[in-house]
Amino acid sequence: MSAREEILDRIKSALRDSPAVPQIPRNYRRETDKTAEQRLGQLVDRLEDYKANVFVVPAAGAPARLAELLAGCASIVVPHGLDPQLLSALPRTGTGDAGTLAVAVDSPERPLTVAALDAVDAVVTGAAVAVSETGTIMLDGGPSQGRRIISLVPDRHVCVLRAADIVEVLPEAMARLEATAPQTWISGPSATSDIELERVEGVHGPRTLDVLILT
Amino acid sequence: MSNTFLGMPTLPVFGRGNLNATEPFPQAAHRELGNAQLRANLGHATHTIRDKRLKVVAELPDWEDMRDAGSAIKNATMAQLPALLEQFEANFTARGGTIHWARDAQEANEIATALIRETGETEVVKVKSMATQEIGLNEYLEGQGISALETDLAELIVQLDHDKPSHILVPAIHKNRSQIREIFLREMEDVDPALGNEPARLAETARRHLRKKFLSAKVAVSGANFGLADTGTLAVVESEGNGRMCLTLPETLITVMGIEKLLPSWSDLEVFMQLLPRSSTGERMNPYTSLWTGTTPGDGPQNVHLVLLDNGRTAALADEMGRTALNCIRCSACMNVCPVYERTGGHAYGSTYPGPIGAILSPLMTGIKSEENNSLPYASSLCGACFDACPVKINIPEILVHLRGEDVDSKRAKAKVPTQTDLLMKGAEWAFSAGSRLNLLEKGLPAGRLAAGRAKVIKKLPGIGGKWTQSRDIPAPPSQSFRQWWAKEHGAPNAAAPGTTGEGTISEGGRP
Repeated sequence: MSAREEILDRIKSALRDSPAVPQIPRNYRRETDKTAEQRLGQLVDRLEDYKANVFVVPAAGAPARLAELLAGCASIVVPHGLDPQLLSALPRTGTGDAGTLAVAVDSPERPLTVAALDAVDAVVTGAAVAVSETGTIMLDGGPSQGRRIISLVPDRHVCVLRAADIVEVLPEAMARLEATAPQTWISGPSATSDIELERVEGVHGPRTLDVLILT
Repeated sequence: MSNTFLGMPTLPVFGRGNLNATEPFPQAAHRELGNAQLRANLGHATHTIRDKRLKVVAELPDWEDMRDAGSAIKNATMAQLPALLEQFEANFTARGGTIHWARDAQEANEIATALIRETGETEVVKVKSMATQEIGLNEYLEGQGISALETDLAELIVQLDHDKPSHILVPAIHKNRSQIREIFLREMEDVDPALGNEPARLAETARRHLRKKFLSAKVAVSGANFGLADTGTLAVVESEGNGRMCLTLPETLITVMGIEKLLPSWSDLEVFMQLLPRSSTGERMNPYTSLWTGTTPGDGPQNVHLVLLDNGRTAALADEMGRTALNCIRCSACMNVCPVYERTGGHAYGSTYPGPIGAILSPLMTGIKSEENNSLPYASSLCGACFDACPVKINIPEILVHLRGEDVDSKRAKAKVPTQTDLLMKGAEWAFSAGSRLNLLEKGLPAGRLAAGRAKVIKKLPGIGGKWTQSRDIPAPPSQSFRQWWAKEHGAPNAAAPGTTGEGTISEGGRP
């Protein structure tokens, strides 16, 4: 008998008392009524608690704010589907401006190598949805977020989130996500509590997380 | 397919690997209690995490509703496990993953080894995983010439120190920052001797140590926190980003997951991803959660395997009183609140699974008669703090008592002559069945008082009573019993003691 058959048989034998399948009581909050403004405030509070840097700007002011944030960088990577408008205020290489910035674009067709990703100063991505109650930003591999590796290897992650994509509780966010998409849920920069259970930011993932929220 | 079992019932097949206490718990606990540094480290860590957990749990108005949902979802999972496993397998396979089934630790280790051999690699990076600890994968791989590098900070500390984990969430909880600094200086190459003991500096040292390995790793081994049957999705919950590194960068990913880790559907994950982080690290959410379903072209490992592990889980499932232990999501809240764990630490339990959950899970998976696991159900004062803290409401004290019963029964079946406990119980049955008999015994109270002497304590009882007095004194008994006093005060024979009606055996007690 194969291991598969044998294990399934063992389980069925173990369940020969035919335990009842209980109804699931879902009395927990699955949707909420916080206003957009309250959700924004809550998310900012939570992210700052995780030691992320949060910037709230009107959508029109995003390119300028992003350029300001990246002022000290020499190179960044972006996913192929990131809104090009966001990058419009960056001092691009080849323009002859002072403090020019090399922008590498990663796409499934032309993926960057690990070494190339390790060499850039930052990555700029979009986000699928965010949960204000837990301070969690979800990436689902969509065109504005790219392959999982690009938001992992660079030491700084600048995440651009539309305020309209902020929900309050986790069930609301999960309802918007496709389960089978490769996902990364991010709640602050990389951290550890492994030494005396004290939280310390900055281990293997990006040690700096900047969140640019567009209202 | 139908869940109804029509074949011959099979005897439970127990698990092997790192699931056994190798010496009786009282003996191990006694030794560990002598380590004052360990007690100080654990006391500090468990109290820190307790306060954090209470604070974030109190924030949610629907915490109890979520516990109810979590408990019901897990019970529903176990009741439909064969069908859910098959559904999971179909979905995971349809998206390019490969499933392997392992009856026990040995088979799982062999499968993982063969998969690594196929890649031609001799080094793998690992994400912290209880299942691979349980089967002793690292040791097995080492014997096969493959080195497995733990990448979780605490696991790395334990591995560098050639030590064993003592906690399921924070395996190095028994070490403080100064001890960790010393381990890094001793075991890592290129560490600046001026390294301080601030946790941030220690974390940075670990980052530098592992970074090259991550960026060049070809094979990773992980566990999984959840598997979703309706989509074939796997989830790993972590903090540092070492998990993301292992799950994203290598070409080959081998995951080992117990068969009980399933949830029926994607929407069930919304409950567990709220219960788990708050219960384990006391955070609103852990820094990183990764979800993958088979393979995604161009994104992450393209050679993806899952080993579904039994290793005694079906034996635990066969125990109707104990099977809810399989609902455990490995949050470690029970050990963080346990007065016994807080003092003895995790090593005293012997098994990969320490603390209250380990005291039930280990003997359920191995059978009560395996090595010294029959001592584990007694590693508790039955205070119930673990039950209150458990996010999926496993009634740990009830299962502890059930397993104590199993232990007594198994010993009775083995013993040819009645044990001291049997004799004591017989004696108690005789004494408590009639007031006149109890009265007779109570006449011996002054003798007990005499034995206690001037200090008015009894320090040592004979026989198995000695186990009680090895850690406690018994105060001297009173010179008379309550009923003797009552009779004297109220001039019985006819006056009944309070609360009695003069009927039945109780009224006998009124007569001296």
